[in-house]
Amino acid sequence: MLKIAKENLNALYAAISAKMPLIMPIKRAGQVNYGPWSESEEASIETLKTVKSPKDAFFPQSENMMKFKTDGKVLEVIDVRKAEQPFVLFGVKACDYKAIEVLDKVFLADPVDTYYKAKREAGIVITLACSKPEESCFCSVFGVDAAAPAGDVSTWLDGEYLYWQANTEKGEALTADLSALFAEGGEDAVAAQQSATRAIMQALPYAALDLSRFKPENLNDLFNDGAWTELSEACLGCGTCTFVCPTCQCFDIRDFKTSEGVLRYRCWDSCMYSDFTLMAHGNSRNTQMQRFRQRFMHKLVYFPSQNDGMYSCVGCGRCVNKCPQNLNIVKVIKTLGGKKND
Amino acid sequence: MINETLIPKVGVITDIRKDTPDVKTFRVVGTDGKKLFEHMPGQCAMVSVPGVGECMFSITSSPTNQEYLEFSIKKCGCVTTVLHALEVGAMVTVRGPYGKNFPVEGDFKGKDLLFIAGGIGLAPLRSVINYVRHYRENYGKVVVVYGARSADDLVDFEEIQTEWKNEPNFEVYLTIDRPQEGWDDHVGFVPSYVKELGLDKNMTAVLCGPPIMIKFTLQGLLELGFEKSRVYTTLELRMKCGVGKCGRCNVGDKFVCKDGPVFRMDELDELPDEY
Amino acid sequence: MREVELKMIERAKQLLESGEVARVIGWKKGEFCYDPSPACFESVEELKDFVYDWFCGANLSKYLIEMAKKEGKTAVFLKPCDTYSFNQLVKEHRIKRENVHVIAVECLGKLDIEKMKARGASFVSAVEVNGDEVKAVSPAGETTFAKADVLLGKCCVCNKTHQVKDEEIILHERAEKDVDRFAEVAALEAMTEDERFAFWKSQLSKCIRCNACRNVCPACSCIKCVFDNPASGISAKANDSEFEEQMFHIIRAFHVAGRCTDCGECSRVCPQNIPLHLLNRKFIKDIDSFYGEYQAGETAEGKTPLTSYTEGDLEAGDVFKGEAK
Repeated sequence: MLKIAKENLNALYAAISAKMPLIMPIKRAGQVNYGPWSESEEASIETLKTVKSPKDAFFPQSENMMKFKTDGKVLEVIDVRKAEQPFVLFGVKACDYKAIEVLDKVFLADPVDTYYKAKREAGIVITLACSKPEESCFCSVFGVDAAAPAGDVSTWLDGEYLYWQANTEKGEALTADLSALFAEGGEDAVAAQQSATRAIMQALPYAALDLSRFKPENLNDLFNDGAWTELSEACLGCGTCTFVCPTCQCFDIRDFKTSEGVLRYRCWDSCMYSDFTLMAHGNSRNTQMQRFRQRFMHKLVYFPSQNDGMYSCVGCGRCVNKCPQNLNIVKVIKTLGGKKND
Repeated sequence: MINETLIPKVGVITDIRKDTPDVKTFRVVGTDGKKLFEHMPGQCAMVSVPGVGECMFSITSSPTNQEYLEFSIKKCGCVTTVLHALEVGAMVTVRGPYGKNFPVEGDFKGKDLLFIAGGIGLAPLRSVINYVRHYRENYGKVVVVYGARSADDLVDFEEIQTEWKNEPNFEVYLTIDRPQEGWDDHVGFVPSYVKELGLDKNMTAVLCGPPIMIKFTLQGLLELGFEKSRVYTTLELRMKCGVGKCGRCNVGDKFVCKDGPVFRMDELDELPDEY
Repeated sequence: MREVELKMIERAKQLLESGEVARVIGWKKGEFCYDPSPACFESVEELKDFVYDWFCGANLSKYLIEMAKKEGKTAVFLKPCDTYSFNQLVKEHRIKRENVHVIAVECLGKLDIEKMKARGASFVSAVEVNGDEVKAVSPAGETTFAKADVLLGKCCVCNKTHQVKDEEIILHERAEKDVDRFAEVAALEAMTEDERFAFWKSQLSKCIRCNACRNVCPACSCIKCVFDNPASGISAKANDSEFEEQMFHIIRAFHVAGRCTDCGECSRVCPQNIPLHLLNRKFIKDIDSFYGEYQAGETAEGKTPLTSYTEGDLEAGDVFKGEAK
């Protein structure tokens, strides 16, 4: 294990960004989101929950896909992509890293989404263990260890040092390039922090959520449960939960007319929106209850059913903090998850 | 050539046939004049008019056709309205094929087949029916029951009259909702006609049409003793990607674009009622 | 607060039991002490989850658009600020007044848990409010805040009073705050154009187009929003550029101008804490100075400055010359 003194973190950021773009939690206009680091930006690595998750790095909120040029009757499709350049994504928490694994299941499944794959391959992910989980955190419910995040490099931060552990070839290569900045050691400090964090995790109010009813065989029972009406009654139908969620991956594909032809882009979409499933001759999810149900059934039942039991919630708690009306997946789990929630 | 799942190929419209007042059949080939891609009956493709949008349509032509793809498209929304305004020679984009096909090389083989369609619902079935006609020796008796609002709304009427009706061991029953001058065939709704015909319950059935027609026809078939595991249908929901990633066409844990659009009725029974 | 809550539950019970109303719109308990949700209670049994506390900041009036269409009368608890939205919705024919029974409830300002967390409180299990002091109780001990520091933004400058009521449950009178509602707007006006542009650019570039501001806004009651309607030609789910983010919010501000009651919900719900209310409040300030003082939602009747014409109305050119009356 390697370490670097906390006061030298800016030097580390500078060294990384001298080699390739560094995307990390940055505070702008009072809020912390992932963005490109530069000397003039305020890095905020210690922020537990960025407003948006790091998923933008691989699945941007809006992304150009192709262009269409028309010359008389002749139509031409032009791939507008440039080769992705390597970049570092720094400060990813264990829950958000797990969420990237969820996104991998979707975008890297056959047929592979090459837009996502190119970015995924270009990115070097440096995770950061949590040391101060808060009451809206429940990653442990989904088998995530907040104290031992995976990634190309795992890091831990305490009052004095950032501890650094490369896990993959990509991570080793980056570490070798930065070796002048590091000293050896830190195993004991990391172990101490890990046990402290795990103790906090265990005592969190949501640590014992019961997911036992969310199984494929209960799909129809859960779908038809009368509780959805009450659970969803205050839902505004906005996309806040979806857009702050690290695993929500639904998208829209749209065309945009420009002076140089038609640009086709894709952008995040929300199953909470009323036009999400709208067709010329009808809508399969007409009510907000249906749309609300879809979102949580997808995370807790449909996705695991298609992906060997892997839930597509990672317990980051962003929806818990951000829903305008305080609706969230925890309330759904407590109501429908299983007897132990009572 | 770009070989990407979300990046389409350019197709040229070489023929447009006006089937009914609101249905046109478009024949499409690649810019090299060749067929764009191979498919199996029941599969779909994304057709787009850039700047307007992209929609999923079932491929109406039979895979046995080596020259082109055909799409029968009903005018009902933004994209279809613009498609209907296009002329021969216009270019569109096409990507596919998507989804699971009818088990023409599996469960259908050696079976007597019953095809029941309403209105534009014949479009996805035409591909199977013509495939079956091409490999006639692989299948038993074929019965087609096809209905529409009026005689003018029957899709592929000419092909039905001149080709299907002359096929050996192949019965075609047509019906329209209300009596019409010059129509001396059956009048009435498809579900009740199916019951009247007293069809053999051992046939493998394929249903396609408006949800209400499917619902009542299925009821009728069950009354006649058909088993749900031998009744197939196709679903249609909003789609953007066609490959199970954009998240909108699911029914329960199944994506219509990827796990469908062809479903057996017993499979649908296990899914939530949200389609 | 508990006293008020008990009275509200009691009254809701009476109204439901007697059949005077078919449902009561209020708030229900959350998982913590600070996360209640708006809720519809249709039976006495359901009232066990009813809550009215320091965190019931949500404006319930917009829910009435759908609820008041249902069979039977709907009772609703409205805080002073909510009654302005209610009047405005009645005025715009979104709610039928006769279908609603309005119970005015006291409000001494609502608290913002985010502000408490930002000031070091975590795992808050209860709050106690004594005058201008808020005490947050958590396993680690108690943290005391000045109330003004942890109020919801919209409550910091609120001096609103109930504008409509069929009955009231008010046990404590709220003291008039000595604050200037337009101070923040004046600060923006005092900036140079470049500074102001930089301010809004940095704020609006955080926007994630989640539509929470629009969907919660009682003035955004269009059945099909122009931004959702493919036929409008400007429907979009993503921002093409920072400029487009500004356009979305500026168009929305224009659309609610003269109708916005300054309920502050837009800023309360924004996940990126963009001070959206300042756009609307600027319009309100301008309307006040150009056409005379006007507060949307004070009544459900009458003409409004932007929808009526008088000969003395300001010309557009006068505005730009800064010749406001």
